[in-house]
Amino acid sequence: MSTLTPVGGPALLPGRPAVSLRSTRPRHGESLVRFLLRVAAILTIVITGGILIALLVPSIEFFRTVSVFDFLFGDRWAPRFADASFGVLPLVTATAWTSGIALLVAIPLGLGAAVFLSEYAKPGLRKVLKPVLEILAGIPTVVFGLFALQFVQATVFRGVFDLDTGAFSVLAAGLVMGVMIVPTIASISEDAMSAVPLSMRQGSAALGANRMQTTVRVVFPAALSGIIAAIVLGVSRAVGETMIVAIAAGGQARIVTGPLEQGQTMTGFIANAALGDSRVGSLEYDTLFAVGLLLFLVTLLFNFISIRFVRRFREIY
Amino acid sequence: MTTNTRAASYTTGSDQKRTIHFPDEHAHRSKGLPAVPNAIIECKDVNVYYNAFRAVTGVDLAFGSKEITALIGPSGCGKSTLLRSLNRMNDLIDGARVEGSVTFQGEDIYHREVDAIEVRRRIGMVFQKPNPFPKSIYDNIAYGPRVIGMKASNMDDLVEEALTRAALWTEVKDKLKQSAFGLSGGQQQRLCIARTIAVKPDVILMDEPCSSLDPIATSRIEDLMYELREDYTIIIVTHNMQQAARVADRTAFFTALASEETGDRTGLLVEYDLTKKIFESPADQRTEDYISGRFG
Repeated sequence: MSTLTPVGGPALLPGRPAVSLRSTRPRHGESLVRFLLRVAAILTIVITGGILIALLVPSIEFFRTVSVFDFLFGDRWAPRFADASFGVLPLVTATAWTSGIALLVAIPLGLGAAVFLSEYAKPGLRKVLKPVLEILAGIPTVVFGLFALQFVQATVFRGVFDLDTGAFSVLAAGLVMGVMIVPTIASISEDAMSAVPLSMRQGSAALGANRMQTTVRVVFPAALSGIIAAIVLGVSRAVGETMIVAIAAGGQARIVTGPLEQGQTMTGFIANAALGDSRVGSLEYDTLFAVGLLLFLVTLLFNFISIRFVRRFREIY
Repeated sequence: MTTNTRAASYTTGSDQKRTIHFPDEHAHRSKGLPAVPNAIIECKDVNVYYNAFRAVTGVDLAFGSKEITALIGPSGCGKSTLLRSLNRMNDLIDGARVEGSVTFQGEDIYHREVDAIEVRRRIGMVFQKPNPFPKSIYDNIAYGPRVIGMKASNMDDLVEEALTRAALWTEVKDKLKQSAFGLSGGQQQRLCIARTIAVKPDVILMDEPCSSLDPIATSRIEDLMYELREDYTIIIVTHNMQQAARVADRTAFFTALASEETGDRTGLLVEYDLTKKIFESPADQRTEDYISGRFG
């Protein structure tokens, strides 16, 4: 075997080119793409971490002055008053009301639309309806806010029904926010349900199940993880939605006890206070971040619960 | 299809093509209803369309009660399409349309007042790929009886009975609460058969039930079919001629005609007889070519 030459060396046999398994030229393009993709992945993590730190640092500063207990369970929110009070409950109740009402609207409507689109609508109708639904998701929330304030609250509630309510209400904000969230829930759940193999539906039909039974007992459980993801996203959007509640829910931080009352939500407070002239490093400035951190933790909690829930009940196909 | 004499090339799944001529639109219709004693399902001049495309044309067939009937033929010959039209599974496919008449115990299953769901309850189906639901083994069996509101005094007994009949009980009796997806392909297919038996249909349609299984699992399913034949009518589509020869009482041979303009293939029934006759002395040259392995 003395005729063997090193790889890349002269030809093994006369008239035949040398065979090498080594790359003949460096692939710069591929290295560059890999580098850029890695940067993109790392950047998202770094930015998220950065936001978290930006939230945490002023919040820690805030909790040096105000105890966590007073913050979470105090029922008076008056950060700018002379005798300042930092009980966040009024903001939390307003957020709970608006989000709760929104979800009461968005979950049934969204899931209903998803079931119709995925299981009942003919392909032609679906092709028209789904984009229309998604246009609803593209309307700026400030438009929804105006609609809630001017039409729902002023014209419908006060004008048509003559309800005992002021210029703002958590009901008007919640209802309109619900409509805003419908496309999110409908679109994602529809994707999840459409992804369930047709063979499952056929198997069910071959046993004498009707369409509703197939939908509820086979398709729905099989698509559960996607549906839960859709609902959680809906919850996150409801809790985090700012413009509609800032415009239509009201601006006074008081504990909300009924749907026709006005109330300032957590996001509403941040939007208002951030526009004010609170000095960087002041207690008022830190308050903003404490409320922001609470918002973040609430959404995180919902995500966590839903992951546990999905693991428990998911049916894998 | 504008002229009376329509030419089409005749293929049997291989590259070989011959051109045959139809004197008129219905010349290729099979010759009247075959004499099958005690027929439970009868097809008269059945044509199945997917939108404008005709997938199956002019089929006359009768399926004997408590017999096993095999539908064989090359790919694209419409045998699965025909099978799906026997319990209105084609209703689930957009653009699918059935012409002609399919009767079950004398009643037209495509009649306006007939409920497709009721048809499928009486005529169950097992599919090519095992399709258990993403549920436990127990719930897979109990699903059918539950959705049709069957009066089962004891669901556990019903599940056990169905699994026993499908020769699966001893293998799964200790893991009824586990996911059906943990079973092997052959076990999953027997689970699907058990699931079908649980709703007590009269007829079981099987669409190439063994095509995704190994020979041992296939042989178990064939044994099972033979046992089920005592109580059920079985109609099976198969690519496996030996399988048809082994299990079927009667065999129908289909072939495909490719349109010269579009290349679309339309299935038609060539010959239908006792399995022995089809395999030993077929009347039609095309049947002989196919079963002797010259095509397909």
